[in-house]
Amino acid sequence: MTASTTTVQRLNVPWRTVAGLTAALVFAYLVLLNASGSFASEQFINALTTGALYALIALGYTMVYGIIELINFAHGEVFMCGSFVSWAMITKVLLLNGTVRDPLLLVGALVVVFLAAMLIMGTVGVIIERFAYRPLRNAPRLAPLITAIGVSFILQNIIFVSISNSIVTVPKLIPFDDLNFGLFSIKEINLFVIVVAVLLMVALQLFTTRTRIGTAMRSTALDREAAQLMGVDINRTIAITFFIGAALAGAAGVVQTQYLGDTVFNIGFQAGLFAFTAAVLGGIGNTTGAAVGGFVIGFLQVISAAYGFGRWSEAIIFTTLILVLIFRPTGILGQQLAERA
Amino acid sequence: MTIARMRAAVGRSSGFSDRHQSLSILALGVVVAAALPLVGGILGAVVPGFGTQNDWVGGFADAGVFVLLASGLNVVVGMAGLLDLGYAAFFAIGAYTYAYGASTFTGLHIPFWLMLFIGAAIAAVFGLLLGAPTLRLRGDYLAIVTLGFGEIVPVVILNLDSWTRGTNGIVGLDQPNLYGLAGINGFGFQSPFLYFFTVVAIVSVAFIFLYRLQDSRIGRAWVAIREDELAAASMGINTVTTKLAAFAIGATTAGLAGAFYGAKLGIVSPDQFHFDVSFTVLAMVVLGGMGNVWGVAIGGFVVYEIQHQGLHQLNAFMSSLNIPIISSINFINYQYLLYGLALVTMMLLRPEGLFPSRQRRRELHAETDEAAEFLAAETLEPPT
Repeated sequence: MTASTTTVQRLNVPWRTVAGLTAALVFAYLVLLNASGSFASEQFINALTTGALYALIALGYTMVYGIIELINFAHGEVFMCGSFVSWAMITKVLLLNGTVRDPLLLVGALVVVFLAAMLIMGTVGVIIERFAYRPLRNAPRLAPLITAIGVSFILQNIIFVSISNSIVTVPKLIPFDDLNFGLFSIKEINLFVIVVAVLLMVALQLFTTRTRIGTAMRSTALDREAAQLMGVDINRTIAITFFIGAALAGAAGVVQTQYLGDTVFNIGFQAGLFAFTAAVLGGIGNTTGAAVGGFVIGFLQVISAAYGFGRWSEAIIFTTLILVLIFRPTGILGQQLAERA
Repeated sequence: MTIARMRAAVGRSSGFSDRHQSLSILALGVVVAAALPLVGGILGAVVPGFGTQNDWVGGFADAGVFVLLASGLNVVVGMAGLLDLGYAAFFAIGAYTYAYGASTFTGLHIPFWLMLFIGAAIAAVFGLLLGAPTLRLRGDYLAIVTLGFGEIVPVVILNLDSWTRGTNGIVGLDQPNLYGLAGINGFGFQSPFLYFFTVVAIVSVAFIFLYRLQDSRIGRAWVAIREDELAAASMGINTVTTKLAAFAIGATTAGLAGAFYGAKLGIVSPDQFHFDVSFTVLAMVVLGGMGNVWGVAIGGFVVYEIQHQGLHQLNAFMSSLNIPIISSINFINYQYLLYGLALVTMMLLRPEGLFPSRQRRRELHAETDEAAEFLAAETLEPPT
C-alpha cells in the first residue's frame, strides 16, 4: 500500500470551516462565562495561549505523520529539550534573571533564544530521523514505533541525568502587565505567545504552499514513489520535514518557559500526548487541522478546570482522543480518509 | 518477501514435540523452582552486602511477575504485532481487583486462588472494552490509544480517592492461604519461598497455555495478521476478533500477574502502575525476542534482575573503587536511558531480539538470507 493519507492544503478560504470555528469560539466563551463569570475572558485568553502551545507541538506530529506515517513518540521530548535550551540560553548564555523592561533588549533576547532553540532542536530532529528512523523506513511498522519510544526515553533521561531531576525555574523575560484594548485586556505574555504561534503557523503554511521545498514535501506526503520519479530528493525532503517539525517544537519549548516560568524533564510526555490528540482531532497529516486541534485541547483543558475538574483534564482529553479515533478517525476537518488497513 | 514470509509462517516454532510439550514445561518449572533458591542461597552467601537467600528468592518471585507480564505482552506485540503501550493498566486492574476482593478495605475475603481468576477475568473484560472499538483502527493509532489508556487508569485511581484511597493506596490485602494443606495456612510476609513457588507454578501453567496457543489455529492467524493483514483477511481470517483475542489474552495475563503482585506486596497504590512499567515490560519483550516465548521469559528475568540487583551491585562496586567521578555516579538513574538505547540499538541491529524465535528471525532476515532466491519475486512487488 502506498502513502495516501495526506491532504493537499487548499489555498482558497473554506468559509464553512471559518464560520464553524467562530461559532465554536463563541460557544467556548459562553461555556466559560457560565462557569466563572467575570474571569471568563481571562480564562478564554489562557485557553488560547495553552492551545497555541499545543498547536505548535501538534504541527510536528502531523507533518511527520503526513510524510512517513510514523507517530514520532519522541516529539514531545523534543519539545521538552527545547524548553531546556531556552533555560540554558536565558540563564547560562544571556545571563538574564528576570523581566526585561528595555523593549529593544527584550526583542533581541527573545530572537536569540528562539533562534537557538529552533536551530538546535531542528538539528536534533534531523539527527533522530537519520539514525533512528531512516534505517527502518522499509522495516515492519512495529520497528520504527519501538525506536521512537526508545528515543523518547533517551532524550528524557539525558536531561534527567545531566541537568536536573526536578523542576527548573526559568526567568520570565516578558512583563506580566495588562494591555488594554478598550473592549478587552490581555497580558503581554499571552499576546506574545498567541502572536508568535500564529506567525509561525502562517510562515509554515506559506512555506509548504509557496516554496519548492514545501511543494516537494507535499508531493512526498502524497505519493513517495511518484515524487521520487519526479526528481524529488526523498531523504532530503523528509529530513527537512523533521527539521521544521522539531524547530516548531523547540519554539514551543521557549513559549513554555516564558509562559509558565519553569520546566521539568518529564514535561514532554503529557504535552506530547495532548499535542498528538490535537493532531488526531484536527485530522492527522493536516497542518491546519493540527492548529485547530491544539486550540480545542487548550479549551478542553481550561474548561474542565473552570468546572472544577482540573484533576480530570488528562482523563478527559485522552477519552476525547479515544472517542475521536473510534467515531471520526478523520478528525474535525475531515478532509481525508483514514486508512483502515 | 511474501513467499519467504509464507514459508516462515508454515514452519512451526515449537521446540518440543506436541505430546510432551506440557509435561516438559511443568518439568522445567520444577527444575526452576528447585534451582533458583539454590542460586539465591549461593549468591546470598557469596555476594557481600546483598542480602540473604530470602532476599534473593523474594526478588526472583517479583521477577516471576515480570516474566508473566512480558509473556503476556509478547502475545500482543510479538505474536499479533500490535503495539500496546498501556500494558501496566491491565496489571493495575488485576491488582486493584485483588484489593477489592480480598482485603480489609472492602471486608470481602475471597480466597487468593479464586481471586487470581477473577483478577484475570476483570482485566480481560477491560481489554475487550478497550480493544473492541480501537482494534479496527490501524496499528499506530492503537499504540497511542493504549498509551492514553495506560495513563488514564492511574489518574482515575488517583482521583477517585473515596473509592481507591487515592495516592495512599489500599493496604491490608489478604495473603494467599493453603488452608492447612501441607500444614500451611497464610503465606505470611517472613518467607518469600511460598510466593516464589506459587509464581513459578502460575508462570508454568501460563506457559503451557501460551505455548500451545502459539502453534494453534489462532496463533498462526496472529502471525498471518502480523505479517500482512490484508492477505490474512482475504484468506478468511476475521482480523478484528483475532486481534481482539490477542489483546484480551495479553490483558488476562497482566490481570493474573497483578492479582498475584497485590497479594505478595499486601498493598496497591497508583504509582506502581505508571508508564515506566509498560515501557520496562516492552523492553523485556523486545530484548528477549518478540514472538519467542522462551526468549521473552529470559528477557524478562534478566532485565528485572539487572534493574533490581545488577545496578545496585554496580553502584556498590563502583563506589568501592574510590575513583573520583565514577564512584559518585548513581547507575540506577541511568536505567531508562539504557533501556532506551537498548531498544533503539536492538531495532536497528538485531530486530529479532537476543533470543529470537526461529520463525521471526527468518521473517526479519528473509531478504538477506534468501535474497537470491526471491529477487525475482521482490522486484515484482511495489515497495512498501
